[in-house]
Amino acid sequence: MDLYEHQGKDLFAAHGIALPERVVVTTAQQAAYAAERLGGHVAVKVQVQMGGRGKGGGVALVHSPAEAAREAERMLEEGFGGATVTRLLVERLVEIAAQYYAAISLDRSAGTYLAMVSNDGGIEIEEVARTKPDAIRRLHVDAVRGLRPYHARRLTGHLPEEARMGAAELLARAYEVLADVDATLVEINPFVLLIDGTVMALDAKITVDDNALFRHPDVAAMRDSFPIDPTEKRAKDAGLQYVKLDGEVGIIGNGAGLVMSTLDMVKRAGAEAEAANFLDVGGGASAEVMATSLEVILSDPSVKSVLVNIFGGITRCDLVAVGILEALERVTPEVPIVVRLDGTNAEEGRRILAEANHPMIVPADTMLDASERAAALARGGPA
Amino acid sequence: MAILVDEGTKVVVAGITGSEGTFHSLRNRTYGTDVVAGVTPGKGGRDVEGIPVFDTVADAVDGTGANTSLIFVPARFAPEAIYEAADAGIDLVVCITEGIPVRDMAQVVAYLRGTGVSLVGPNCPGVISPGRSNVGIIPGEICTPGRVGLVSRSGTLTYQIVHELTQNGIGQSTCVGMGGDPVHGIGFIGALERFEADPDTDLVAMIGEIGGDDEERAAAFITDHVTKPVVAYIAGFTAPPGKRMGHAGAIITGSSGTAQAKAEALEAAAVRVGRTPTEVAQLVRTTLS
Repeated sequence: MDLYEHQGKDLFAAHGIALPERVVVTTAQQAAYAAERLGGHVAVKVQVQMGGRGKGGGVALVHSPAEAAREAERMLEEGFGGATVTRLLVERLVEIAAQYYAAISLDRSAGTYLAMVSNDGGIEIEEVARTKPDAIRRLHVDAVRGLRPYHARRLTGHLPEEARMGAAELLARAYEVLADVDATLVEINPFVLLIDGTVMALDAKITVDDNALFRHPDVAAMRDSFPIDPTEKRAKDAGLQYVKLDGEVGIIGNGAGLVMSTLDMVKRAGAEAEAANFLDVGGGASAEVMATSLEVILSDPSVKSVLVNIFGGITRCDLVAVGILEALERVTPEVPIVVRLDGTNAEEGRRILAEANHPMIVPADTMLDASERAAALARGGPA
Repeated sequence: MAILVDEGTKVVVAGITGSEGTFHSLRNRTYGTDVVAGVTPGKGGRDVEGIPVFDTVADAVDGTGANTSLIFVPARFAPEAIYEAADAGIDLVVCITEGIPVRDMAQVVAYLRGTGVSLVGPNCPGVISPGRSNVGIIPGEICTPGRVGLVSRSGTLTYQIVHELTQNGIGQSTCVGMGGDPVHGIGFIGALERFEADPDTDLVAMIGEIGGDDEERAAAFITDHVTKPVVAYIAGFTAPPGKRMGHAGAIITGSSGTAQAKAEALEAAAVRVGRTPTEVAQLVRTTLS
């Protein structure tokens, strides 16, 4: 789960990381008040779950409350990168002597965390890595011992002397934040040395491990502040793994890999149809879960055909078939539903569907066959 | 031979008295696996259809000679179950549990590094050597004994491909479900290394997906260390960046972890990459003949 900057900064503040004075606002008028209170010279920043705000018009440096209101109004109206913007961070401008970069992230290959500090901040770290690799110091952090003071000193040893101690302190605290909320990424781009010698974080990008949210109810509650597609919300409430996509074939499958493979095969079918979603019913799906899944998919207006692809292991295909029929009692489908069942109790499942003889159900023998039929049907062709 | 599990495998199941634990312990036993014990704290002394239950893994090892631990306990208790198995002298831990926090797994993997204990998973379907031993939840009836080694990040997609292999008359030496989490035990490299050394394996099929660089690193390993032919499949060509596709590890971050990049890396290592599960089975068949 990607946090908003202001949420990340609240976590930073709780761990003693220095930050500019700031106020979260939701209207242009509030932005003007906030700017006035903070002395007029402020940054107005969209709160979104993505990067690239500086280049994309998501950050404005202004010098009066009126200007703050104008920029706030524009941002709230336009949104950012396709996402709706409902809140902004208004922040007092500070006098910067130098900008740096710090990040601690999960390094999957190493199976542990990687800490990085660059003495060239404010731009993309990939760009720095390419053009000035010497600007970056990296160190793996053992997940048991954590980031020790000597790690922090080593990582910040290439910064100017006046920034070193503050930067090492900031890094140690950033690791505390990571460990405290089970983050997989804590990135500060930039952190700065001020004219007065203070080292301060100007940004906060934090990704929290979804699997660990059960032990951080306060962080889990932040989820409610993120915009969510209505179909996605419904699926999530029902405990389904669902991702909305751009195509027209609604997909239901069991197991993430099989569902991903199904999306690929629909596209490869060559009918110029693509998946409308990713939906994994998980292992051991009951009839009820199947019924809810089908309801969720059928409630998406972009869906022109549905493909149910089940390979039963723990999941029993007879229950899947019952679930499909249950769903069709609750909702009347306007689009055809291609069903492919294999594995545990597949024959029984196929028999149940055949006996029901529902006009909108199209049985398919193999995954390949099912993908081709669903893709053709979505384009208005025959099965 | 085969790898990881065979006739010598003696399984102790952590969480045997839970519904999934019971179901799969019995299913594995029916398959022919030597399921010698279960562990559920507070339930020592009971039995599950004749399988004795112990309070600790150490007791189970002392009492039955178990050498492999199969874990079904919920995510918040699973790391504890892995540590306990390692400390009790278990050689191989197969962790089926899904949803373990990655920080816990990073600590577990760091701990295991010095012990010589092998881990498969978490968030995986387990390991089966068809006709010999099944440790996990892979449906035994879709597999058939043979000489193709298979390693995969996915569960049901593995079943799909095994099914297609079996339908093409191609049997398997061992199928390893390495799991879909970002930090895990034995990966492609660990499996490839073992299959390369296994006299019962002629070819390795590897099934990857978006996210991370396991496949790219496997490609480099194949170039340097694998002489047997390798056929691959990658899921997620049409997955959008930044979205977690079910598995915690299946996410394209920035420009890295795409299916395209993985397929190219593997092809550069002379691995034949099938574009559908059906094509994978066909490639395996043509490569073997």
